[in-house]
Amino acid sequence: MITFQTTDLLRILPEIILALFGVMIMVLEPFVPAGRKNLLGWMALLGVTGAGAATALTSLDPGPAFGGSIAADGFSFYFIYLFLLVAALVILGSMDYLERDHAQHGEYYSLVLLGTVGMCFMAASTDLIMIFLGLEISSISTYILAGFRRTDRASNEAALKYFLLGSFATAFFLYGIAFVYGLTGTVNLLGAGARLSEPSQWTVFARFALVLMFVGLGFKLSTVPFQIWTPDVYQGAPAPVTAFLSVGPKAGAFAILLRIFLGTFSSAGPSAFRVLWISAALTMCLGNLAALWQTNVKRLLAYSSIAHAGYILVGVTAGGSRGMSAVMFYLMAYALMNVGAFILVAQLAGSGERLVEIEDYTGLAFQRPGVAACLTVLLLSLAGFPTTAGFLGKLFLFRAAIHSHLIGLTVLALLNSVVSVYYYFRIIVAMYMREEKTELATAVLPWPVRTVLGVTILGIFYLGLAPDRILGLSTLATLPFLK
Amino acid sequence: MSWISAHSLTIVTFLPLLGALIIAFLGRERTPAIRWVALLTSLLIFLFAAWLYAALDPHRMGMQFEELHVWMPLPPVNYHLGVDGLSMLLILLTGLLTLISVLASWSSITHRVQEFFIFLLALETGTIGVFASLDLLLFFVFWEVMLIPMYFLIGVWGHERRIYAAIKFILYTMAGSALMLAGILYLYNVTGSFDLPRVLNHLTSASVLSPQAERWLFLAFFIAFAIKVPLFPFHTWLPDAHVEAPTAGSILLAGVLLKMGTYGMLRFCLPLFPGASREFAPVVCVLAIIGIIYGALVAMVQPDLKKLVAYSSVAHLGFCVLGIFVFNAQGLEGSIYQMFSHGVSTGALFLLVGMLYDRRHTRLISEFGGLATLVPVYSTFFLIVALSSLGLPMLNGFVGEFLILIGAFHSHAAYTACAAVGVVLAAVYLLWMYQRVFYGDISKESNRTLPDCNFREKLMLAIMAAFILAMGVYPKPFLRRMDHSVTAIMLRLQKAPMIYAERAPAGHLGGGR
Repeated sequence: MITFQTTDLLRILPEIILALFGVMIMVLEPFVPAGRKNLLGWMALLGVTGAGAATALTSLDPGPAFGGSIAADGFSFYFIYLFLLVAALVILGSMDYLERDHAQHGEYYSLVLLGTVGMCFMAASTDLIMIFLGLEISSISTYILAGFRRTDRASNEAALKYFLLGSFATAFFLYGIAFVYGLTGTVNLLGAGARLSEPSQWTVFARFALVLMFVGLGFKLSTVPFQIWTPDVYQGAPAPVTAFLSVGPKAGAFAILLRIFLGTFSSAGPSAFRVLWISAALTMCLGNLAALWQTNVKRLLAYSSIAHAGYILVGVTAGGSRGMSAVMFYLMAYALMNVGAFILVAQLAGSGERLVEIEDYTGLAFQRPGVAACLTVLLLSLAGFPTTAGFLGKLFLFRAAIHSHLIGLTVLALLNSVVSVYYYFRIIVAMYMREEKTELATAVLPWPVRTVLGVTILGIFYLGLAPDRILGLSTLATLPFLK
Repeated sequence: MSWISAHSLTIVTFLPLLGALIIAFLGRERTPAIRWVALLTSLLIFLFAAWLYAALDPHRMGMQFEELHVWMPLPPVNYHLGVDGLSMLLILLTGLLTLISVLASWSSITHRVQEFFIFLLALETGTIGVFASLDLLLFFVFWEVMLIPMYFLIGVWGHERRIYAAIKFILYTMAGSALMLAGILYLYNVTGSFDLPRVLNHLTSASVLSPQAERWLFLAFFIAFAIKVPLFPFHTWLPDAHVEAPTAGSILLAGVLLKMGTYGMLRFCLPLFPGASREFAPVVCVLAIIGIIYGALVAMVQPDLKKLVAYSSVAHLGFCVLGIFVFNAQGLEGSIYQMFSHGVSTGALFLLVGMLYDRRHTRLISEFGGLATLVPVYSTFFLIVALSSLGLPMLNGFVGEFLILIGAFHSHAAYTACAAVGVVLAAVYLLWMYQRVFYGDISKESNRTLPDCNFREKLMLAIMAAFILAMGVYPKPFLRRMDHSVTAIMLRLQKAPMIYAERAPAGHLGGGR
């Protein structure tokens, strides 16, 4: 029987604080007058900061909690910091957007916080049931967030689509868990891993369980062929929510993937490897090729985020400490550039998100050179040009891949990133090389949005020029998995 | 002073960026100030580069002015700069041509002047960085970063089809460099270092690469460089980019950026993969000769002056590649010399064509005729440059081409025979063009009012003409400084067959190291 200790609570303190603030915001919502809902946003930000401080506190005394179903280790701390960063940036970037679109409701912030709680559990759990709960908490919050512009049909469609396919996906994942339980008699990752530590123990059923779990995660990662929902949802959802969706749950799912595929079931051998290889290759190619034809910036970035999932999968396929730390580094870089890009697009789109076509960006550089330069940096980082985070992220991923002798996959990924240059540059071409007046240029950037841009762009250059610290942290984070 | 000499390469690399920063903080409206800052910066860099070139010790083997700092501890990437006669010559060329480009854009760029000069100077930093880097990853960083300013220079200030040309330029180059990055990572995986001297040592002292791996790596690097050169059949981006770019862009593109390809072959392909280089040499030489003849033939039938000059670059760079892959001292020296002299000649040709375009807004040969009597100064300079480009003795083009042809003869007489056709064809297309533009009757009335060169233009052309004459008459100071670079490459190449023999399983060539 599991005995309850206070250290257990301390080890999930960040999650507790986030959840408390989430609930508190919901309770306080009716008492805050209509014009001042921003206060709730600041409260949410306070919660995120508090959770950050709590993580720092927790990291002083790492260890397992709740009888081994939670692990407060370097791995989970890294991801928790990542999620908190994303949550803070999204909250900052949303306040003006919600005001402008008359969708300023307190629930928004509490859903962001609760979604973050779910993601933290996705990264920190070492028990399949806990992982599943984390997955569900984050999913349900994001389903609601996707439909947050209630009067907008695209937003509604996005929410419904995301909900239907998402619940389907989690069912797959649950089915996989059931198989693992049936085979090993436990849902604890340590226990299950011990039962399946020999290659000979990988029967058809065990491999089937692994595939089912991969399918479930594949939806969250939007890997091919489970990416069908992604463009519609990313396009339909409010843009700040898309920023959150495209990074948070994805990073969470990658955390699970790393824990399960590279940690617990690393003995699965070639079968798991083959699944990862194929899905990495397909995801990159489809994401990039489809993005070439897009005219809507949100949709273009949606396909680009599919492609990025493909690159990250190359790192997962490579495996080992190198691969894992590269994946984690890339997730940090990806979070910065994707959140920055979506928040900027959201702000420029104007009320009702009217201006989201590439055409709308025509001539932006002439009227707003600063804004255009910011977007250019974000896009260049997404394309992976040197001195930005995107380049070093890719470099580390491919270094790991070459180390694991995945030369074919690396060359494919590199060629894919050349293809991606074309579509990122279409936006740059529109901004710099055609001269027309654009309505977009009238967009006002309030200071919270400027802060988001400042943080993301400085972060991109910081990671791109002095990666040691973050890379060191991500390498430390892989220690629990080295046997 | 000691600080300056200890960090001289860092200074020469990042000084342009400093100038760009100053320009960025000047107001958009203060165009005269912006131009002067750009001019003074580029002049300072040129003088500094010239001083460094003069200070280069011709009697010392290996790299000079080296700087080594750790950039990232893991993976171990170093900020490692260093130059020898080869790379310093190209840095000097970059300084010279950027200075000329600033002058050439003085009055022809009136639109978004601030951004133009920022990109121009940023491009200089990237280019000098490419030539000064001794770390594979640092080299790659500069190699890619330099694309962005060039992309904007073509795409924003270019002519009608500029967007197409700009994106074609960047996609071609990136496709090549993607393969190179894979190669760099593979080399790192084998040797555990990105540092060029260390990688070289590792490859020389132990046979870590199988011949098969060496072949693939050679191709990964070589294709990236061949696209940049551009070697036939990778040349299709070049006419578009050259023709659509503004004058300054064309000067730098032809003068410096193409040299990054041949420089890469000399610095990376040959020393790192000597065995594979030898294996592929016949193919490369044949492609280079095809490039020489094909480029010349296509140049001959161009109705557009700028296209003619662009295709002549394909031919001239063919000579450079040929000189590299015949693997002897004459060929290599000629090739390096030709790299510099093509930069000067073709840069000057693009400059002259640009001046004509500024006046008449056309570059069609058929629009001109009889200019010699109308603009005598311009015509004289054009003649000097055209003669240097076709390789007239006593002018710079001759020295390089002559050495390359001698080198090729030692390797294979047939190479020389075929390549020499290119020399004749160069005379044909340049002189025929000169005849149609400058001699004959004045066919178009609008040409009668053409103004001759003003002081700024005369100054630029005089600088170029001085280089053309000096390099043709007295090439020794340049050749002397590249001797050791060539020797180093030759030594490395001569070791290659032994490495192959050691690897041979049969052991009849046995014996330890």
